[in-house]
Amino acid sequence: MIRAIHRWPVLLALALVTVLALSGAALSVFPAAERLSAPQPAAGLTVAALAERIQTAYPGVEQIRRSPSGRITAYWFDQGAPGAAVIDPATGKGMASADPNKTERWLTSLHRSLFLGDGGRIAMATGAAAMLLLSLSGAALVARRTGGWRHWFAHLRGPLAARLHVEVARIAVFGLVLSSTTALWMTASNFDLVPAGVGIPSPIAEVSGETGAALVMMPTLGGTPVAELRELSFPYPDDARDVFTLKTDRGIGYLDQGTGALLGWSDMTGWERVSETIYMLHTGQGAATLGLVLGLMALGVPIMGATGALIWLAGRRGRPRIRGNQSAARADTILLVGSEGGSTWGFAATLHAALMDAGQSVHVGPMSGFAPERYTGAKRIIVLAATYGDGVAPASAKGFLDRMKAAGRAPRVPMAVLGFGDRSFPAYCGFAHAVVAAVQAKGWPELMPLDRVDRQSPQDFARWGQALGEALGLDLKLSHQPIVPKAGKLTLVSRRDYGAEVQALTTILRFALPPVSLWQWLTGTGFARFKAGDLIGVMPQGSAVPRLYSLASSCLDGFIEIVVKKHPGGLCSGLLTALEPGDSVTAFLRRNPGFRPGRGSAPLILIGAGTGIGPLAGFVRDNKRHRPVHLFFGMRHEDSDFLYREELFDWQDTGHLSRLVPAVSRAARPEYVQDALRRDGGQIAALIGAGARVMVCGGRDMASGVADALAEILAPTGLTPAVLKSEGRYVEDVY
Amino acid sequence: MKSLLATLALTTALTLPGLAMARPVSMTTTLNNYGGDGAYLALYVTDASGAYVGSLWMAGGKSKYYEHLTDWYRATGGDTAQVNGITGASVGAGRTFEITLDLADALFDAGYTLHIDAAVEDMRDSPNEVAIPLTTSGAGTPVNGRRYVAQFAYDM
Repeated sequence: MIRAIHRWPVLLALALVTVLALSGAALSVFPAAERLSAPQPAAGLTVAALAERIQTAYPGVEQIRRSPSGRITAYWFDQGAPGAAVIDPATGKGMASADPNKTERWLTSLHRSLFLGDGGRIAMATGAAAMLLLSLSGAALVARRTGGWRHWFAHLRGPLAARLHVEVARIAVFGLVLSSTTALWMTASNFDLVPAGVGIPSPIAEVSGETGAALVMMPTLGGTPVAELRELSFPYPDDARDVFTLKTDRGIGYLDQGTGALLGWSDMTGWERVSETIYMLHTGQGAATLGLVLGLMALGVPIMGATGALIWLAGRRGRPRIRGNQSAARADTILLVGSEGGSTWGFAATLHAALMDAGQSVHVGPMSGFAPERYTGAKRIIVLAATYGDGVAPASAKGFLDRMKAAGRAPRVPMAVLGFGDRSFPAYCGFAHAVVAAVQAKGWPELMPLDRVDRQSPQDFARWGQALGEALGLDLKLSHQPIVPKAGKLTLVSRRDYGAEVQALTTILRFALPPVSLWQWLTGTGFARFKAGDLIGVMPQGSAVPRLYSLASSCLDGFIEIVVKKHPGGLCSGLLTALEPGDSVTAFLRRNPGFRPGRGSAPLILIGAGTGIGPLAGFVRDNKRHRPVHLFFGMRHEDSDFLYREELFDWQDTGHLSRLVPAVSRAARPEYVQDALRRDGGQIAALIGAGARVMVCGGRDMASGVADALAEILAPTGLTPAVLKSEGRYVEDVY
Repeated sequence: MKSLLATLALTTALTLPGLAMARPVSMTTTLNNYGGDGAYLALYVTDASGAYVGSLWMAGGKSKYYEHLTDWYRATGGDTAQVNGITGASVGAGRTFEITLDLADALFDAGYTLHIDAAVEDMRDSPNEVAIPLTTSGAGTPVNGRRYVAQFAYDM
């Protein structure tokens, strides 16, 4: 629901809000510039002394104004012609033109009314209201995503657009709330919806009718420092009944031009003060630094607009239409979906179609619509649950656990739960686990034990589908293609083979960069931009499920490199390891932003075995800034499968790689990477204590062995792999 | 005279539509190209002693800016009731603004003065921009304003 509130006003008001933000950011510069250029009066200078100086320089002076920035402007009449200038308070003489800045005027009109008068003001106020709504609903989303208000600045992971959106939002939201609230107040004040009005001094004495008192002899002017002055208006030259009008920070008063006596005074009302403070907070006039900060925060709006649109489009694309959905009461299979970005709906659609093909009647709905009393014809309930943030329910599963707890006695309908998540997160499938715990607590019968799908892996899903088919006595084939990425044709340039002599062919394949269209180049899609650690997907013939391989090169290297081990009977690895230079294969790119060395100069500890060396070698190759890198590389035989041997030694010489620790499992003294880690435990602990980042790539067994070894190594320091993971300092790419 | 004042008190404005003792007076105000936003103009009348008698027209709809029409604001205490029903849009720089009102005959040749206060956002306030005695002989003779008003004349 919050998501819907957050999304629709965005799309409607995006253009309006962008204009508001950009013009506001541009306007924020002016008060600061004015503050810097305005000469400040000497301390202790009184209005009387200043007015005297100005009157000496301009005998026809009519009005003196001081802006919140401290700039003093005088207006006068000289031989029938009006004049005005910015005044240097030290001399009383003009020093700059007092004409309003044309650019500032233009921007102000654009900013508050689109040059359209009252209609434009209402439109822009609507924009401000949209901004406020977005800021508040967005703040709630950020808190949900990071796991609560206390974790407001928690480390983020995920696709770049989503991350950037939140990174900018959680800083800019403070300024945007302030700017939009004050904007709404100012509009309300403009349409007389809030009390306003300047007080009128009530006369306490009659005008004397005399003229000619010297300014310095007027006690009120002498007692008012220039810093408090707003405006001093002089009486008409020939009108003895006219008065001096003085406006200060405290109020407004009239002074007799003959005696200098204070004829009347009115303090500023509370509403006036509120209005002025709000005006200052919004415009930065009188608070130039705050204005600049607000302006900078406003610049976040176009960034958030663009990234927000990308997130929305990605979510839309990822959500397929489900055809032939059965009603909840009549379906024999209830399929409940807990999805955040929409990708789990895709899996649900695949499962729905497969079950329909197998003759089942299926109802698909969001987990948040869980209503067991309505499932009168159900024989089973299947839950596909993604996880949001730190084990939190995703958007379409809000309230599921509460409904589950509130539900009456559990019906005898068995339930199966499949979790979707990312193994590299500490709370991998955390929400799915919570669902299973709730199901068990309720005594619900279990159709199948919990299974998990890592990073939308079609293989994981197909495997689970097979198990589901067996449990249901159906022939169920789930071939799910999560997103249909645009594939390109990759032509092999060279290959280097290892391990052929020990019947374990592993090859480093290097492909030419495919041609990139202008659109791909602009949007960074396809093979236009990629980094080592990203994935390429290859779709072998006769299978709808792509196989993913980690990239060992970045687009700047000018080639695409992967490491492939030939599996006996492996469809895709067989195809790839049989390629000869000149042959080509169809592949697509999938980003893997969770597995990047990141910026910074903290040391890197890279741990990999077998083909897992691929992305790690890519990181070392890209390490042009010579960040300290320690590479632990596990292999079987030093002679046959020491992948990248020559390059690794070269990179040590050039400073790309600080230390290389090979661990050979089939040697005279067999050793696995985890053994090598334990051997160097002291140094590893010291490096991690100094902020090092650990990256692990390779098989699942190796990764869990490494995690155990690190847990032992770190035990004396009080750190754990889980803590490192939550800080984003321990990432895995495991297969 | 008493009846006039009574009428003024009743209407607060000085216009007497449809009465035999009134005549249509058209007022033409041409503004300078002063290079700013639309000007707020207050047209009002004072008597021979300089006391405020009533308002004829307010060009400019936002009452929060009225304080910048300083003489008018001081005379009326910022009372927007003075210009209820006789308020129009502000006048752009370089534009000409014309209104025709039915003014009481008694206003002419009796020492009354018509004033215009002007104000423009972010520019100087200009009270008493124009001050012109209301006389039958003065009709049709344009006068110059001080800063924003290039020319003002009334015709009947």
